[in-house]
Amino acid sequence: MATTTLDPRADTYGRSWVLDWLTTVDHKKIGILYIVNSFIFFFAAGILALVIRSELAVPGLQFVDVETYNQAFTMHGTIMIFLFVVPVLSGFGNYIVPLQIGAPDMAFPRINALSFWLLPLGGLLIFSGYLFGGAAAEGWTGYAPLAAERFSPGVGTDLWIIGLTLVGTASILGAVNFIATIFKMRAPGMTLFRMPIFVWTMLVTAVLILLATPVLAGGLIALFIDRNYGGSFFDPSVGGNPILWQHIFWFFGHPEVYIVILPAMGVVSEIIPVFSRKPLFGYKAFVFATIAIGLLSFSVWAHHMFTTGQVLLPFFAFMTTLIGIPTGVKMFNWLATMWRGKITLATPMLFAIGFLAMFLIGGISGVMLGQPPIDFHLQDTYFVVAHLHYVFFGGSVFGVFAAAYYWFPKMTGRMLNEPLGKVHFWLHFIGFNLTFFPHHQLGLSGMPRRIADYSPDAGWTILNLISTVGAFMIAVSVLPFLINVVASLINGEPAGDDPWEGNTLEWATTSPPPPYNFDRLPPIHSERPLFYLTHGHGHAVAAGREHEVEEAEEGADEDVAGDVEKREGLV
Amino acid sequence: MTTRTATADPHTGHVTAHGQSAMPTALLGMLLFIASEVMFFGGLFATYFNARASAAGEWGPPAGAHELDIVLAGVLTAVLIASSFTMQFGVWAIRRGNIGQLRLWTGITLILGVAFLLGQLYDYSTLGFGLADGVFGTTFYTLTGFHGAHVFGGTVGLTILLARAMRGQFSARNHVAVEAVSMYWHFVDVVWIAVFSTIYLLR
Repeated sequence: MATTTLDPRADTYGRSWVLDWLTTVDHKKIGILYIVNSFIFFFAAGILALVIRSELAVPGLQFVDVETYNQAFTMHGTIMIFLFVVPVLSGFGNYIVPLQIGAPDMAFPRINALSFWLLPLGGLLIFSGYLFGGAAAEGWTGYAPLAAERFSPGVGTDLWIIGLTLVGTASILGAVNFIATIFKMRAPGMTLFRMPIFVWTMLVTAVLILLATPVLAGGLIALFIDRNYGGSFFDPSVGGNPILWQHIFWFFGHPEVYIVILPAMGVVSEIIPVFSRKPLFGYKAFVFATIAIGLLSFSVWAHHMFTTGQVLLPFFAFMTTLIGIPTGVKMFNWLATMWRGKITLATPMLFAIGFLAMFLIGGISGVMLGQPPIDFHLQDTYFVVAHLHYVFFGGSVFGVFAAAYYWFPKMTGRMLNEPLGKVHFWLHFIGFNLTFFPHHQLGLSGMPRRIADYSPDAGWTILNLISTVGAFMIAVSVLPFLINVVASLINGEPAGDDPWEGNTLEWATTSPPPPYNFDRLPPIHSERPLFYLTHGHGHAVAAGREHEVEEAEEGADEDVAGDVEKREGLV
Repeated sequence: MTTRTATADPHTGHVTAHGQSAMPTALLGMLLFIASEVMFFGGLFATYFNARASAAGEWGPPAGAHELDIVLAGVLTAVLIASSFTMQFGVWAIRRGNIGQLRLWTGITLILGVAFLLGQLYDYSTLGFGLADGVFGTTFYTLTGFHGAHVFGGTVGLTILLARAMRGQFSARNHVAVEAVSMYWHFVDVVWIAVFSTIYLLR
């Protein structure tokens, strides 16, 4: 050792970087591949959104015909959900979770690479419908009998089914990997109740993916059999049941909503304490609220089906309202964390606060839609479009950008430019609300979703125009983000290991971290090991007074780990 | 893991960090994968029961076709259950370090699995109705077909296991793959018991 000093970070193999990225099994590189791939699909689906909004700007059919319009909103929804929001959050999870639990990599690195590479393949298959006579056009929900061969004869729907099945397989494999990683790869001292909230939300998300996605896969296969081999699962003329598709789709689809929002909640729960200079208020309550949401998410699916007349309205209305409670608990966690904190409004924090405000609106409209008397009036109107965009976009996508600004310095070693970040945030925030807030009123005044045209006498024209202006503003807001990323990669301010004075272990290593992640790990006595290393008992540890620290920690209210430690006899 | 405080399980030699269970990561991965498979078959069973509940008239093969061959299906059930036992004998053998017996029992399990598949194909060829003949046919072939596909996947796993055992790659301390394949094989067996009970017994 003494004579041959080899820098372990030097490239051991003289491989081209292209081959290196194509064959990598490093969770950090795979995480970046996930994120870049997801953003490419985000821009593609965003262009489709502009097609939709352009067509709706004024009454009449100006730009596209009805069939193209149907394909546009189907592809927009499918790609945004399955190839942007879910995988981009998996990408951040891939990069951050092993770092936050002090692990060198994911549990199954090669399966990790496989689950990534299935994504672009599945996404391209879904899109390739455009090359073969038209993409799928029955909405991202693929309702039977509209998706049956009789009404959607094109091969686009079959490609949609195959692509989604691949993407679903990818997320199941990813979920197995996350759960195994979190249970088997934690560093010594990293007990379950010392895990960062982001890791907890990824864990619950992975369990939801593991249990919900296979049901969708079964349904997609059934639909494929109906369309191609003369099956009759969803064909009532030969004994099948079209409502069955809705049950299968939403049994998956509602947990999917939480698959999309829980990791974003985790991101926000990492950011708010750091930029409020306080520990997260009610760590354990937050964890149990996350688990409760996970459990309840399997018992609310039929609130998407109130108007079918085939579901038990009181039960699903009750469960839907119930799931609002743990979500409300989290709102209090975040607000109480910020209360009397020393708040800095850096860009990640702006996006996190944006998340709180927008997700609150989406949550309230969600509880409204969960009440059958209201839902019967608003089913399939723009009110639903408003609700789902406040949750998916105002919630998850704000969380995605918060994560991007927060962890970019760790991933690249460079800071993003703050003024450009703020321009991005405000354009994005105002554009988002201009686009989607009017949808509430459009829905209340009866505008149905998924229509390409509307009457000039309907009174929907002005609100639609405002919405279209907002959509273009969102599109413009992406430019400062892209410029920021490119400029910062070339010439950004060096970030150092811990630019935000963070709490969690990813900030204990270099930016970007070496392939094996950590040279050495700090001692882990709480859910904020790095904070204590830099601010708390660092001095005490240095002076050999560890047990005093333990006692002090056990006395502190935010410290839940002390008890766990005693119970499990880990000290 | 080597630079950290770690303890090795004396029986499996598997290294674990403090406070974490001794189940090898690969086995946990297989268990989680099986959990997702349970949900997959759960969905297919739900479609079966939904179709059955909403079907008008008598539930069963379409008029004019043969009745289901419950005797053949019963024999195949016995074959598959037997294969679960032979698989487990192989696992117990390698836990004792007896690789010769592992080869023997894996080989027998593989033969039984292939026999099940051939029997199922023969059954399909004699039934006289197809996937497209009404909702019973659709659900029947989907459930039994996807189960058959999983048996096929299991025989691929068994073949790899046998090849590796022939090369002497397993020992009492190192046989996670054997445990994982056997776990999957037992799962496929249990699914068949559910399929058989649902389609043939709950008439």
